[in-house]
Formats: sequence, C-alpha cells, structure tokens
Amino acid sequence: MALLEVEDLGVTFHADRDVRAVDGVSFAVDAGKVVGLVGESGCGKSVTSLALIGLLPNQNTKRVRVDGSAKFDGLDLLRADRRTLRDIRGREIAMIFQDPLSSLNPVVPIGVQVAEVLIRHRGIGKHEAERRSAELLDRVGIPDPRRRLKEYPHQLSGGMRQRALIAMAVACRPRLLIADEPTTALDVTIQAQILELLKELVREDGTALIMITHDLGVVAGLCDSVNVLYAGRVVESAGRHELFAHPTHPYTVGLLNSIPRLDALRGEELTPIRGSVRDVLAWSAGCAFAPRCDRAIETCLTGPPSLEGTNHSFRCVNPEVVP
Amino acid sequence: MFRYIVRRLLQLIPTLLGLSLILFLWLHRLPGGPETAILGERGTPETRAQLRHDLGLDQPLWVQYGRFMKRMFTGDLGVSINTHRPVVTEFMERFPGTVELTVSALIIAIGLGIPLGYLAARKRGGLLDYSSVAGSLLGVCVPIFVLAYLIKEVFAVKLGWFPSAGRQDVAIDATRVTNFYVLDGILTGEWDAAADALKHLVLPAVTLATIPLAIIVRMTRASVLEVLGEDYVRTAQAKGLTERTVRGRHIMRNALLPVVTTIGLLTGGLLSGAVLTETVYAFTGIGQFIAESIDHRDYPVLMGFIMFVAIIYVTVNLLVDVAYGVIDPRVRVR
Repeated sequence: MALLEVEDLGVTFHADRDVRAVDGVSFAVDAGKVVGLVGESGCGKSVTSLALIGLLPNQNTKRVRVDGSAKFDGLDLLRADRRTLRDIRGREIAMIFQDPLSSLNPVVPIGVQVAEVLIRHRGIGKHEAERRSAELLDRVGIPDPRRRLKEYPHQLSGGMRQRALIAMAVACRPRLLIADEPTTALDVTIQAQILELLKELVREDGTALIMITHDLGVVAGLCDSVNVLYAGRVVESAGRHELFAHPTHPYTVGLLNSIPRLDALRGEELTPIRGSVRDVLAWSAGCAFAPRCDRAIETCLTGPPSLEGTNHSFRCVNPEVVP
Repeated sequence: MFRYIVRRLLQLIPTLLGLSLILFLWLHRLPGGPETAILGERGTPETRAQLRHDLGLDQPLWVQYGRFMKRMFTGDLGVSINTHRPVVTEFMERFPGTVELTVSALIIAIGLGIPLGYLAARKRGGLLDYSSVAGSLLGVCVPIFVLAYLIKEVFAVKLGWFPSAGRQDVAIDATRVTNFYVLDGILTGEWDAAADALKHLVLPAVTLATIPLAIIVRMTRASVLEVLGEDYVRTAQAKGLTERTVRGRHIMRNALLPVVTTIGLLTGGLLSGAVLTETVYAFTGIGQFIAESIDHRDYPVLMGFIMFVAIIYVTVNLLVDVAYGVIDPRVRVR
C-alpha cells in the first residue's frame, strides 16, 4: 500500500460565488519516491498540498469545503481531528515553503526555530535540542552551524534560509515531505544545490517527497512520477520517462514546448501556450484547457473528459498523437 | 546595548535644554503675569511693578532663564509664587497620586487591551470582534469628563461599590512613606490602608484607561490580523507546534512591536490627561495643582511640571526603543 493515497480530493472556496480550486485530484505516493505536482500559477498545486495537512486558511469552516480522502498510512488526513493533525505535522509530514525569508519568523533565532520542532515532537530538553539543531544545520550544508543557531533570518543568505527551512522540515525524519516550489525564490546555482540536497535526503532517509513545481526541469531531475495539473484537475499522470518521451495531453506538450532549449536551432522561436489560466467556473462543463488548446474540437466544450489509462493516464478527448 | 542606552541618555541633554528654552520663552510671553493674578483688580501700576521686582520678573528674560537653569541643575525648582512652598516639596506630595493613577490605568489598558485585541483578530467577524471594535470606537469618542461622571454616578453613587472621591478614607490613619498610598500600605504592613487606597483607585483608573484601552485594542487587533497572514505563522503551524507556542512565539512577538510603540506614546498623554479625571474624583494628584498654577501664572511650578513630564515622556520612549531592540533583532543596534 502506498504511504499516501489521495482519492478524489476537491477543494471549494465559498466566497461571493463558489470557486472549485481543486477538483477530483487523485494520486499516490510510495515511501522513498518523489512525486511531482506540476502546473502553472493558480492550477491548484499549493491548495492541494495545504489541504492535505489541514493548513488552508479557514479550512474546516463553512467558507472552505474539502472533500475526497487522503489516506496517510491508513489515516484519512481530511477527517482527522486537530490534535491528531498537529501531532502528525512536523513529525510524520513536513512541509517546505516557497519563500524562505517570509516563511521564517524574523524575530526568533534560527536555532530556536529548528529546536522547537524537536522539543515539540521528540520531547527532548533544550540543550539536547540545540545540539541536534546544530547537527541538522550541518547536515543541510550550513557552515559554522553553532554560530548560525544564534543568528536571525535576515542575517542569512537566501540559500541558507532555504537550507534552514529544510533542516526544520527534516528534523524529525518525517515519512513524507511536501516541498512547495522550494527553489522558486532562489537563483539558479542555489536552486541546483537545494535540489541536490533534497535528493540526498530522500535517498538517505527513505522519505517520500511531493514536489510541487512549475518547472519541468526540476521534474526531470528529481521526480519518479509526475501529475500535471490544470485548473484544479490532474490532466496527465505518468512516470517521468514516459511523460517526457510521450507527452499526450496538449497542455503537457505545450509546457514542454515552452522550455527554452540549448540545442535549439539559431533563430528558432519559443512556443508559449497562448492565453492564461481561465476562470475555472465558466468552463466547468467542458475541458478547462479547451479555450487555449490548438487541438480543441466540438466535444471538448460539452463534457469534462475523464482520466483515461492506468500507468499513463490523461484527460483529453483529442490527445496529441506522438509519432 | 549598554553603550546604546548611554548614547541615548546623552542625547536627552540637548533635547531637554532646547525644550526648556522654548517653553520658558513661551510661558513668559503669555499675557498677564503672577502680579496680576495676585493683586487682581486692586493692583496699581506701582504695586505691580514692585511685585514684579520682588519676584525678579523685571530682569531680562535671558537672566531669568539663566537663574532657572542654574537652580535646576542643583535639583532646586524654586518656590511657588502662589503657595510659597518649594516646588519640589509640592511635587513630592502630589506627583505620586498621579503616577499611581497613570500606572494603574496603563496596567488596565494593557492587561485588557492586548488579549481583547488578539481575540478579536482570531475570531474576526465574530461577536467579540464587532463588540470590541464598536466598544473601542465608543471609548475614544466619549469625552473623559462625561464618562467620568457616568461611571461615578453608577458605580459609586447608585451601586456604592467604590468610593466616589479622594485617595484614602478619612477614617483611616495611614503612615506616609512615599506618598504612593498603595505602596505605603504595603511597606508599612497596613493592609487595610493599602486595600482602601486600591479601592479608591479603581474608578479613576478605569476612567483614565478607556482611551488607551480602546487604542491598544485596535492596534493589537490590526497588528495580529496582519501577522496571521504571514508565511511564518503557517510554517509554525506546519511544524505541528502547540497553539501556545504559535501564539506566543510566532504571532504575538511580531504583533506586539507596533503596540509597544503606541504604549510609549500613550504614557505621556496619560500623565497630562490625568488632570480631568483627578478633578472629577477629587483625587489629589498633580492635575488640580497645575490647573491652579496656570491661573496664577506660577512660573516656577509650571516650568518644573513641564520639565518633569518631558523627562518622563522621553525616558518612557527610550525604554520603548530599548524594548524594541530586545524584541526585534532587525533594529538592534550594535
């Protein structure tokens, strides 16, 4: 059985009108594997991950409805009570956020922010926690960890901050790590280092990782399997090699085509996907991608296509034919 | 940190010097003078000139200012023109009452305001939120003297829960040490006197606390709301920390920064704002005395009072800055 099994996850925000941000998302994560959730801004990646650990703003109030199930080691996270979730967060499931500066408390030393996870979940004393925090900082590649423990977030560089956040996340050796665009705020060389670090941690601890990203380069370097999200739905799901070799959904193809290539011919233009993520509501009857799709046909606008296939599934009535 | 405090204290000297000069000139430029106040309509030009000469007011302003400064540095604020008693003695008798009142009001305002503001923010849109926002608006709007009489009427006259005037029941013969009545009672072990003094403090302190309470509630609410949306609060929750740790270490430590500044600014206003409250409750503080001294153009008393309040105000705000540095490492001075 998979470590995490997400089944038909849906998130609806009840505002002036209802917004279905995530709709029928299903995927599974096995221990020690890396699963990618890919898509552009606003496709529901972050909402999915926050809903899993119960941290959506106003989750479990009447303003936000979460349905479906997410079985973590048999326990449905979406039905778990707050106490249980608090015990799981940080210990069993940890999260790494996008913007390391704003994700760290500016007025609390780094050391305390790492140690507090250990003190909370491991029940150890302050001194022991401090010693282990130094080890953790060392492990994530922060030099001179003893001194860094006493420093504040604004005294660290962007890469260091993200490393510190990762140290906090892996402090209790969680079984599942959720990384929400962990490299977006960093420059390219640091991005590569952070990805390398994550890879190493997954390999050494056997941690499962959900990698949320808009960057197919990150996917190619890290993920075992990939789920492409569009407008809150999984539109294509496959193993990494399969996806890159035989992209089927026009959206996936579009994403791949919009990556600049070093081996492109001189003067060859990038092919972006035209338009932007549309209002999900207006197209709820048909395929949400249809208005931007070059291969759209009449039937695309009538009924939402279901997810077809087992190992390589996609949600399209007129899929790309790969030669 | 020590060097920072010393430097800030040294910066006080020019500030206070400038302040004293401006206020001295301004005060002496006010129409009328002590001689008019003392002699009234019976004064002839000759007797007035004589009195001005006796008080040393006929000398050039810069000479008078020089004399004032010289005295002040030896800790002597001169003699009140009106009561003929040393200004310092007058202050020692009256200031403790005002300080007692101000501190009590601040304790009430902070002790209630911060938790209320926090709860209002956490339960945003709830009943508590609406009532605290409406209540704080009311608190700022209602004039102190209206509120003071209202509170007095209800809780002292109608219900009789608290005494309506004074600082101590006349039947109690308490020993005076510091003139802080509550403190005196504790120091001498006269518990009934301390309890009685405390009882006398309740209504004036509550009255004086309303405006700062309202301001602190609103500041805290706004500040907490802002912090609640910060990513680091989500990070703290994602770590599975207890509600208490998230609240104390991650929300309040950040949310209190602007509130601390506000409290510093409020303190100065409270000291001088105590005048009205003291009048309504016949509370012997500095307020009434200062009001009389203004009428009498009692220059030594007024200068002394202004300098005193200025020093307290500047000191409190220095403390606020130091506290700020302790709470927020980003403004810490090396």
